[in-house]
Amino acid sequence: MYSATEKALIASIWEKVTPHTEQWGGEALERLFAVFPQTKIYFKHVDTSPGSAAIRTHGDKVMKAIGSTAGDLDNMLTTLSSLSNLHAYNLMVDPVNFKLLSHCILVVLANHLPSEFTPEAHLAFDKFLASVAAILSQKYR
Amino acid sequence: MVHWTDAEREAINTFWAKIDHEEVGHQALTRVLVVYPWTQRYFSTFGNLSNATAIAGNPKVRAHGKRVLDALGDAITHLDNVNATYAKLSQLHSEKLHVDPENFRLLGETLIIVLAGHFGAAFTPAIQATWQKFLAVVIAALSKQYH
Repeated sequence: MYSATEKALIASIWEKVTPHTEQWGGEALERLFAVFPQTKIYFKHVDTSPGSAAIRTHGDKVMKAIGSTAGDLDNMLTTLSSLSNLHAYNLMVDPVNFKLLSHCILVVLANHLPSEFTPEAHLAFDKFLASVAAILSQKYR
Repeated sequence: MVHWTDAEREAINTFWAKIDHEEVGHQALTRVLVVYPWTQRYFSTFGNLSNATAIAGNPKVRAHGKRVLDALGDAITHLDNVNATYAKLSQLHSEKLHVDPENFRLLGETLIIVLAGHFGAAFTPAIQATWQKFLAVVIAALSKQYH
């Protein structure tokens, strides 16, 4: 459940992310692969070297999906429904990895938006990304 | 024993020299108490922790944050034997403080986020990886004496 303040914080932070989804999305994935190299196993078909076009494209996709979800917090289940199916039936990414990527996304936000990413914004985002992760793994079993 | 490359030792020591223990410690502990409010269970003697502003303004939080960062310095000075360096501290957290080791992980992640906010572009993915490796060693050492 999100308070009005939390919703406002998520919206205002994400407004600043929107122009940079490809760059920051790519960076989040780059951090994921650097800090948690085992996550690369899910990307064997892709060039995961730093700055690769494939990773920037994928990072953009991830951030835009997060953005759509952030833009309609009361309907997260609907917004994420097809992605939830995808992760459950096709990708079968172990859910522990959602936490790892969420952490890297928070690092990117703190890194690029140091004054906006206050403790309250951090709390709102941590909650939000945890909800996204829970919904993505909801149909696993 | 943990193997550290020269690059890793350099990354850890160079950044450590630039870290204000009080400020970074304060920000990290404030964020832990705000983002994971159940951690407040360990700080019942700290007074007002009722909201983010109260936590950030609490002098005991500030003092304790600095204490934690000062202790991290010990690990950095003894990178080749963090386990021995932290044996007593681990015992303290287990036997006296009764802290769930999961909290070490929460503080570790939060510290990374605080460093990312402070160092901007200098906090590259490679630097982040080194610091996360270092904090994983610290967390393992602090958990080691639990029984």
